Amino acid sequence: MSQSAFAIETRNLRKVFGDKVAVSNLTLSVERGEVFGFLGPNGAGKTTSVKMLLNLVFPSGGEGYLFGQPLNDPAVRSRVGFLPEHFRFHDWLRGDEFLQLHADLYRLPSQQARRRIGELLELVGLTPHASKKLREYSKGMLQRIGLAQALLNQPDLVILDEPTSGLDPVGRRLVRDIIRDLSQRGVAVFINSHLLSEVEITCDRVAFIKHGEVIRVSRLQSLVEGELTVQVRARNLNPAMVEGLSRWGKNIRADGEHLSFTLPGEADLPEINRYLVSQGADVYALRPEHISLEDLFIQIVGTDGGL
Amino acid sequence: MNSITIAKLTFREASRRKILLAALLLGALFLTIYGLGYHFIIRDTTESFGEDRKFMINQVSNFLLMAGMYVVNMLTAMMTVLTSVDTLSGEIQSGAIQTVVAKPVRRWEIVAGKWLGFAAMLTLYLLLMGGGVMAIVYLRSGYTAPHPLQALSLMWLNAVILLSISLLGGASLSTLANGVLVFGLFGVAFIGGWIEQIGAFMPDPATNQTAMNIGVITSLIMPSEALWKRAAFELQSPLLTMMGDTPFTARYYPSDAMMIYSVIYLLVVFALSIQRFNQRDL
Repeated sequence: MSQSAFAIETRNLRKVFGDKVAVSNLTLSVERGEVFGFLGPNGAGKTTSVKMLLNLVFPSGGEGYLFGQPLNDPAVRSRVGFLPEHFRFHDWLRGDEFLQLHADLYRLPSQQARRRIGELLELVGLTPHASKKLREYSKGMLQRIGLAQALLNQPDLVILDEPTSGLDPVGRRLVRDIIRDLSQRGVAVFINSHLLSEVEITCDRVAFIKHGEVIRVSRLQSLVEGELTVQVRARNLNPAMVEGLSRWGKNIRADGEHLSFTLPGEADLPEINRYLVSQGADVYALRPEHISLEDLFIQIVGTDGGL
Repeated sequence: MNSITIAKLTFREASRRKILLAALLLGALFLTIYGLGYHFIIRDTTESFGEDRKFMINQVSNFLLMAGMYVVNMLTAMMTVLTSVDTLSGEIQSGAIQTVVAKPVRRWEIVAGKWLGFAAMLTLYLLLMGGGVMAIVYLRSGYTAPHPLQALSLMWLNAVILLSISLLGGASLSTLANGVLVFGLFGVAFIGGWIEQIGAFMPDPATNQTAMNIGVITSLIMPSEALWKRAAFELQSPLLTMMGDTPFTARYYPSDAMMIYSVIYLLVVFALSIQRFNQRDL
């Protein structure tokens, strides 16, 4: 097996259905052990891209590799776990039978499979429901069993297509914990999601995709660092004091006890606090707020949602 | 190895979905009615005929055996198509196939696995039903048809051809369109076979020839009727062959070349189903 530095690498991957271009030019690389968010509006080509990575859909052009192996090499998928969107499975199987089927498809030795199935049922909290048919599972339970299925082979790369939509807060927390645990163990996680808050919490890097093209890839840290908005709640503010803030900040707005302004970074915050106090203000709160991923998403993708 | 996993899954699905159970219960019902009918007919035949009894019983038995096998052939074909018609298209439609294809599995292994699973099921069914009819006849009157194994093999070939067409359709079409395709082909072969048979009675040689040609062409498009006619020929007694056409028998029987063609047909359709599924975006 090749020791490529990348879990996923694609160059100019393209998919055309008839005369509709689903993915026009997908070029990205995901490092090993990285949690990578794949963001874009509905219809931007996210799911088609994921399907190309898994050889479910055949590219019309370009090339792609998982761990340095071409996408159409079935052997490389023994290192990959996949949770599809909508989690439709063979619903006439029982939970444990479903996991056994997929363990067989991964060709896990029977003893190892049995142990792993037990562990995973426990991890996703479905041990009491193992002998129920999937048909009787709730949406959340299906997603959990799907997640367990994606982890059977102790993969080096996990691809999750909308992993938390439809989950209750407890389920979302569970998915988050699992993702964090995977990344700590050096597993690359590729998350296709439109739930930005989830991505914000879990991802190291994000790619924004629009009209089937990656328009920006950023480290989440550097995205949300940089400009920030400061919210202040204080009594005894006066106009001169507010005026004086223009030394540091911009877009200053004062409204009764509330004051807000923007700063290029957080370095000046302690100085600003000292200034306000020295001018006689009673400061109750001084809260720096980074630009949210949602705002950034709209900035990058546009309010038309890429339609 | 993966094919075996898929084959087991397929077999288990059919049994879990109660299709197999329903087919077996109906089969048991059929065998019961058949057995009762056969019993009474033989009783009456035995009472009515004197010295020629043995001869008459054999003729009646042969005719009834073929009628029974005709029904078994139809039931097996139906069961094969109805169980397999949505196996690929249904799983593609629902997305259940995605987690399977995303495994370290080659696509042909999935098609081959499904084929094996259904083939195992229809083999079992055909043996139970066909064997059941033959056993009833043998146990009641001691009669055995001339070439039972050849006949069963040809009926089996017919069923696996239908299965392969159903998988090919399922890899390319929606479940409904696939159903229309398979039953449509089956119907074409059936009608073509009858045109050929009725045409054989026509006094005008040109009409006769045209009917024959239609029969040959439909058999080439879909050999199921030709396979049944050959199977019937293998079963029927020399006297029935001399008597000519009955609903279950034929004066003209399809050639060995037609049987070889059917085997090639099966292989080609199976290969095409793999090729279609190999190229299919899921």
